[in-house]
Amino acid sequence: MAVYKKTYRPYEGELTPSWSRFLVIPRYAFEELHGKRFLTIFFLASFIYPLICALIIYVQHNASALSLLGVQQQGARGLISINVTFFMSLLGWQSMLALFMASFIGPGLVSPDLSNNALSLYLARPFSRVEYVIGKMSVLAILMSLMTWIPGLLCFGLEGYLEGWQWMRDNARLASGVFFGSWVWIFILALLALALSAWVKWKPAAGGLMFGVFFVGSAFGAVINAVQRTRWGNLFNIGHLIGVVWVQLFEGPNQTTNGAVFFRAAQDEVLPLWTCWMALLAVALICLYMLARKIRGAEVVR
Amino acid sequence: MDSVIELDGLEVRFGQRVILKKLKAALTGRSVGLLGPNGAGKSTLINTLLGFHKPSAGTARILGRDVRTQAREIRSLVGYMPENDAYIASMTGVHMVRMMAELSGLPREHAIERAHEAFFYVGLGEVRYRNIGTYSLGMKQAAKLAQAIAHGPKVLFLDEPTNGLDPPARTRMIQLIQEIRDRGDLHILLSSHLLHDVEDCCDQVLILKDGNVAAFCNLEEERRANRRFLELETRGGNNGDFLAAVVKLGCETAPGVQGRIKLVMPEGLEVRQLYEVAAGQNVQIRRLNHKRDSLEDIFLKAMENPDGRL
Repeated sequence: MAVYKKTYRPYEGELTPSWSRFLVIPRYAFEELHGKRFLTIFFLASFIYPLICALIIYVQHNASALSLLGVQQQGARGLISINVTFFMSLLGWQSMLALFMASFIGPGLVSPDLSNNALSLYLARPFSRVEYVIGKMSVLAILMSLMTWIPGLLCFGLEGYLEGWQWMRDNARLASGVFFGSWVWIFILALLALALSAWVKWKPAAGGLMFGVFFVGSAFGAVINAVQRTRWGNLFNIGHLIGVVWVQLFEGPNQTTNGAVFFRAAQDEVLPLWTCWMALLAVALICLYMLARKIRGAEVVR
Repeated sequence: MDSVIELDGLEVRFGQRVILKKLKAALTGRSVGLLGPNGAGKSTLINTLLGFHKPSAGTARILGRDVRTQAREIRSLVGYMPENDAYIASMTGVHMVRMMAELSGLPREHAIERAHEAFFYVGLGEVRYRNIGTYSLGMKQAAKLAQAIAHGPKVLFLDEPTNGLDPPARTRMIQLIQEIRDRGDLHILLSSHLLHDVEDCCDQVLILKDGNVAAFCNLEEERRANRRFLELETRGGNNGDFLAAVVKLGCETAPGVQGRIKLVMPEGLEVRQLYEVAAGQNVQIRRLNHKRDSLEDIFLKAMENPDGRL
């Protein structure tokens, strides 16, 4: 019907499947983010490191390119090895950029809805609180996936293609490490960003708090370690917790590294793996509790 | 008639505080008013019907669906215009309504079409591409109505729809609600503390006080009954003879002082016939009023009851 008729009429048409409705939120969020120049430039710039990695992998396997540079093929391999450190460094850099991205975008996802009472509009529809949180999380998850595990796996695939099937089979743990390690980071970051955004309605403060949780938390942990002569202060250092988990995911019990760039710990300060998993789980549960308290159609004043 | 909304011993508690106390009512009207002073539980009742609050006892049903077990299904049938400012400031009006329609399950192309229609319908067609954050209060109210109707609900919950509106905007909002009501495609539950809004838009009214049902009446029937109830002031002639003559016509009468008479006319009797009898008795009817037991009277009577219980 043409809009000029200006009348109310009921809707009798088909409906979309209810499982797919949470995807409406990221679609609209991306439309909005697309208009923000700084974020677009930052996002595109985040692909520079993976592109350099891909270039290194390519050049290492390209004899003519190496001869142009005047480097022997064996020499090039000795200079930069495509091994666990290479992929862990790629993940470390990209994860740090993902932290920045989550701090820029995350606070704008929930806090405006809370400060403008928009939650009652979302939740008065066949759309649950869980779907709302998943929808908002998926905005961050999609962006951070594009920054972390997707370029990581593409680099792995390129190396595997150039080295051969045997290399891929021998190093399958690297691929799983990139994939699962990224998802642990994405999950923790997305939950933290949403929880802080739900509790701190002022966007810049929520973004600042996000950095605070990581950097002040790590400083606080270091102070505890120094004063108490212990290593348990690292429980407040999310970077350390993630680093320990990554080493396990990338290398299993036969560890040759002490973590990725930005996520390393001194050998004598490393916490037991299970405590790191438990601490990360506790962070996730606290965030979920914070979200459950705030994401409601109507606020209850007891 | 099947109930649109059925309250079946509905009780809602926030901690130790009982907000809704075992409400029982069957609302069948096309447009039902929810009246009560501030804090009576009107918004809590609407929020409970939407599934925002869990009943601590009893239940409620909307078009036969139970709020305890079928909340999602209920929300797919309902359009909700909240009381407070509620919008997504960074979006244009039509963009927000389109997103809300999509969240209600409309495919993208239908959502776009209906969002534009809804915006024109509420009179915001010219400003639909402006950010909602820049709208005036009246425009925000209209935008809230647009998002509530864009997906074509079967029941529309309007929580204080005329809050903060100036008189022309209020009139426009009331006209919109009346138009929606008169189309007959959906049922309306209108919560307000403004009696005129309810009187103008509703055919049934549920009055809450302190979480209890203080009164429940059918305004249409009240209006019809009021039309038969007259107050007369007469002069001249013999008032006793005039009274006897109108009793013969089937009226119930109650004489007052100084020629005042209250009477209830039977069905079929016209006011014109009273004038004819008065002329026959040489009595002048100086004043004739239809008794107006307005919503205000009903509301005040309901409020007189100390605990608000019927």
